[in-house]
Amino acid sequence: MTAVLELSGVHTHIGAYHILHGVDLEVPEGQVTMLLGRNGAGKTTTLRTIMGLYPASRGEIRFRGQPIHGRETPDIAQRGIAYVPETMGIFTDLTVQENMVLAAHAARHAGELDKARLDWIFALFPALKKFWLYPAGKLSGGQKQMLAVARAIVEPRALILIDEPSKGLAPSIVNNLIGALRELKSQRTTILLVEQNFQVARALGDTVAVMDDGRVVHHGAMAELAADEGLQQRLLGLSLGAHA
Amino acid sequence: MTTSAVGTPAAPGEAIPKASFDWKPIALLVAVMALAVPAVGSTSSWITLTVAGLSMGLIVFVIASGLTLVFGLMDVLNFGHGVFIALGAFVATSVMGYGAGAGWGGFASIFAAMGVAMAVAGAVGWAFERIIVRPVYGLHLKQILITMGGMIVGEEIIKVIWGPLQIALPLPDELRGAWYFGDAGIEKYRIMAAGIGLVVLALLVYTLNRTKIGLLIRAGVQDRSMVEALGYRIRRLFVGVFVAGSALAGLGGVLWGLYQQSVTPQIGAQVNVLIFIVIIIGGLGSTFGCLVGALLVGLMANYTGFLAPKVALFSNIALMVAILLWRPQGLYPVTNR
Repeated sequence: MTAVLELSGVHTHIGAYHILHGVDLEVPEGQVTMLLGRNGAGKTTTLRTIMGLYPASRGEIRFRGQPIHGRETPDIAQRGIAYVPETMGIFTDLTVQENMVLAAHAARHAGELDKARLDWIFALFPALKKFWLYPAGKLSGGQKQMLAVARAIVEPRALILIDEPSKGLAPSIVNNLIGALRELKSQRTTILLVEQNFQVARALGDTVAVMDDGRVVHHGAMAELAADEGLQQRLLGLSLGAHA
Repeated sequence: MTTSAVGTPAAPGEAIPKASFDWKPIALLVAVMALAVPAVGSTSSWITLTVAGLSMGLIVFVIASGLTLVFGLMDVLNFGHGVFIALGAFVATSVMGYGAGAGWGGFASIFAAMGVAMAVAGAVGWAFERIIVRPVYGLHLKQILITMGGMIVGEEIIKVIWGPLQIALPLPDELRGAWYFGDAGIEKYRIMAAGIGLVVLALLVYTLNRTKIGLLIRAGVQDRSMVEALGYRIRRLFVGVFVAGSALAGLGGVLWGLYQQSVTPQIGAQVNVLIFIVIIIGGLGSTFGCLVGALLVGLMANYTGFLAPKVALFSNIALMVAILLWRPQGLYPVTNR
């Protein structure tokens, strides 16, 4: 399987703090790669470093074989990487429609959005159609998360980075989100997904990388990790029984 | 799982409230005008003062709108904005003086002065951003010091070119005098200044709400790193907004100079205080807040100037304190700031 994204020996400093200590990671094309780890392991920093929001102080990041470390964030995004941050990054003063138009580079206004793709998005997230002309700040937390994901897929992307989409959401909303992400997976969308919720990870992941102390300490198939309770305990301090 | 099961619409219990507009600041504006009626006593004087106040407010809005967007987009505190005002006013003295000498005074010279002032202020704004502002992105204290320094240098350059003394900027004959509605006299120039202010307002509203550039500006004011993560170069956008804001300040300088009918090299520093009050009252980064703040400042200056001239000296500071006690983030705070 071809790797769309490769990180080798990536170090990141934020101010005086050394956060990533040589991250090695491969994201295979057409798969959902889960990035797991305890709080503070460096998952969010890894995504932000890939996007150029934090500069990598050492190491190499290659996207489709081309180096992207040291590039500016807009340049990285224009190469086909979408980013859904932990905070969702919704423009709350803009309407749902305006948020979507902004994410679609080819569209100058709502009339130029790809109609077929929009219908597909509305099928995934019907709430967005219902509240199309409402300010995004008025949406519930779950609807904002759906908008954040919808914005990332409003145009075809080579890779989507999603940071903890289930955080703070009610279980029923999380199930809806899992369904939508499964639909994306069935379309062979390449996703690098940071998650704390092991149930979500097990439901979606093809491959998994586990981080600890700014390094990837385990890389393999998600099914293997899901089946090995001892490994979960060792890597994540988890018990599969607790997430069944 | 099928797609139909995904993303269930909000249940009736969690229905989203209709988008609501905050009318309270507008009500405050109307209340200020209404309270001035008995205080002024004479209806005709009230009409004259109100039109003068709204006209002054629109001129201040033209000047301040660029500054508030510059702050909103890049957190840049540009205390040097006043130099573009002064530059616009001095360019107007030269263009209108040349026009009068060449026999094409009147409206033609005013519009020519506006065009040239905007072009010169915009070009200087571009250089100002590149040389003075760019090295201090994200460093507020340094921004304050270096942009104030930039304004002082700009003032000195103006003195070198136009001299240190006050220069008259008389209104053309067509704009002298007033129109009378009953006993209420409304100066012709103020109507024209208000008209130009409204045109600028309409263009800004259209750009911000109906174009993708406007969408990017509004989004960038809220969360610029997310705009970059969507693939847009916010710094280029910022340079564009800085140049446009400088050009508008140049236009405002022409209007302000004609309003005062004279210009001094210190005109920028004088107006700077007023426009910072306006953008703080309105909510830093908010264009609509800037408009309401400018109108309030214009009205207060005219009412208090008539009713209690000594109070007029600090009326706008008092207005700012009162509004910040009511709404510490300004009248229309920008979300996410």
